[in-house]
Amino acid sequence: MKLSKTSKAFLINIGVTLAAIFASFVVGAFFILLVGVNPLTVYWKLFEGIILNPYGLAQTFFKATPLIMTGLGIALGFKANIFNIGAEGQMVIGGFVCAWLGFTFTGLPPFLLVPLCIFGAFLGGVLWAAVPAILKVKTGAHEVITTIMMNFIALALTNYLITYFFHLPETVHTQLTSPSAFLPRLDQYIAAFKGSPANVTLFLAVALCALFWWLIWKTPYGYETRAIGLNPSAAETGGINIKRNVLLTFLISGGLSGLAATNFIMGYKHYFEEGFSQGVGFMGIAVALVGQNNPFGIIFAALLFGALSHGTLVINALVPKDIIQILQALVIFFVISANLLIKKYIAKINEDRS
Amino acid sequence: MNEFLQIFTLALLSTTIRISIPYILAALGATVSELGGVVNIGLEGLILIGAFCSVLGNYLTGNPWLGVLCAIAGGMFFAGLHAVVCIKFRANQIISGLALNIMAVGVTKFFLKYFFHSSSNSGRISGLPKWDIPFLSGVPVLGDIVSNPLILITILLIFAVFYAVYKTPFGLRLRAVGENPEAADTLGVNVYKMRYAGVLISGALAALGGVWLAYDQHQFTDGMSGGRGYIALTAMIFGKWNPLLATLASLFFGFAEAIQIQLQTIGVDLPVQFIQMIPYVLTIVVLAGSFSKSTAPSADGVPYEKE
Repeated sequence: MKLSKTSKAFLINIGVTLAAIFASFVVGAFFILLVGVNPLTVYWKLFEGIILNPYGLAQTFFKATPLIMTGLGIALGFKANIFNIGAEGQMVIGGFVCAWLGFTFTGLPPFLLVPLCIFGAFLGGVLWAAVPAILKVKTGAHEVITTIMMNFIALALTNYLITYFFHLPETVHTQLTSPSAFLPRLDQYIAAFKGSPANVTLFLAVALCALFWWLIWKTPYGYETRAIGLNPSAAETGGINIKRNVLLTFLISGGLSGLAATNFIMGYKHYFEEGFSQGVGFMGIAVALVGQNNPFGIIFAALLFGALSHGTLVINALVPKDIIQILQALVIFFVISANLLIKKYIAKINEDRS
Repeated sequence: MNEFLQIFTLALLSTTIRISIPYILAALGATVSELGGVVNIGLEGLILIGAFCSVLGNYLTGNPWLGVLCAIAGGMFFAGLHAVVCIKFRANQIISGLALNIMAVGVTKFFLKYFFHSSSNSGRISGLPKWDIPFLSGVPVLGDIVSNPLILITILLIFAVFYAVYKTPFGLRLRAVGENPEAADTLGVNVYKMRYAGVLISGALAALGGVWLAYDQHQFTDGMSGGRGYIALTAMIFGKWNPLLATLASLFFGFAEAIQIQLQTIGVDLPVQFIQMIPYVLTIVVLAGSFSKSTAPSADGVPYEKE
């Protein structure tokens, strides 16, 4: 059987990425050995607690949901050569707006409040991305640093708002949103998921993946975005308004990260709490990367990182649970390093004139 | 007006210095790494690694100076990881830096539990012994400075880094590979070697910042770097990639925090959040202005591929 060059390249891409993930677990095993535990026991426990256990699976879905959304946001940025590290801050502000709408407009019925809160989460993310986006387009300020700064400003700002205005006494969170803004949990429909806060925002995440695919591959906007990502000067010569596209892409990227907050706020705790984002914005970068900026890859990567993140509870009794963070970091290191190998192999295929 | 004057005390000066030391050390590290062309946003993690390794080394050997050496070794080891990924595998330097930060949190907590059976803090350790210098040690503030070895080392390092970067062949080569690696390569400079050197030095310097935090509190606490690596990054940008200006920026950020602490002690409650925002807002303002673009090394963040 003879494979075409594109399918060969595709297989190499997936094969090398999986090998890189495998390598991270091998190196992670050395850390586990260092503390005198059998790594195979730990890995088996992980597998058992996540894949073979419905509750573990539900928890993986719960953790993967916001990762899909920030991953999509960051991947969209990458398509236009925008490096949005601000997903964390965009998610925090999105979450605040979402919760604020939820506990302010308590008179609204669900069919109005739910879309309003979802839109609020999106808008919060857009607003927070607007500063670095406008600066990038207008002054050329590099978004990597400005978005990092915006993350810290978001944390300080919400900390201020919570401390001085919105906290419930004795807590670090706001009041509950109106029940009209509650989204149903999956365990209402699937009994085996009982106890897990996995909720219907999972479907929102999957729908966004489909939307992402359509936007990028089926619309003029997507065509322009890809053109800019591949070769900005050629795109400009071809008559594409780069600044307008970059601004728009950056804002949507922020909005997608803002939406990631709906999982926690509308589907789980129903209030805004400091630190609720738990690094999902940063992990989204890893998700976009491992998923190769492809919506299906992103779902896979989000499930992987989501499963690992739930895995902390599964293996805590065996080995310090922080091994999970070590594994996550190793996956990132290995996957970004493997990209060089992928490029080399693919270049080799293209050289073979068969 | 009276309150305004009240806060300008000697305590303000010494608080400023105490807060600024880790900023200065990490900012020096960031500068050296980026002058060589490698962006290192893993400083935050390297500070944490430095803090943990110093405590562990000190705890295991009972010798605080060996703790310092452990911190430098640990910082250089993990910076080396970042260097290999960025230089050898030409991976995205920002993502590698973020991974390093995640790694640092994981590794320190992992071994904190293993060695100290706690998920929050280590056991108590001694700091570096104070140097008793006749006459000077009794002088307020100045006495604290000259009797604290780490402060003296920091001051020495500020000038050493400045001198090395601008007055030595090493510094010339380092800046050359950050500015124009192709040209440097043509002239026979080993681009990879210089870049490795830059990143490793940044690891050692950031780790020393961590030593300061740990020895100041006489223990390691989970996540004690507390965003200082990022402040150091802002100090580097604010200081236009110049070690002396980066030091001044670090002192300025430390000063702003010290003022806030002083105001609190005399009962003026300024929301701490706005003080915390100062470095970040200023950095955005600086980046939005046009002058910063010309000052960053031209090949900063761009992997080099030898033809």
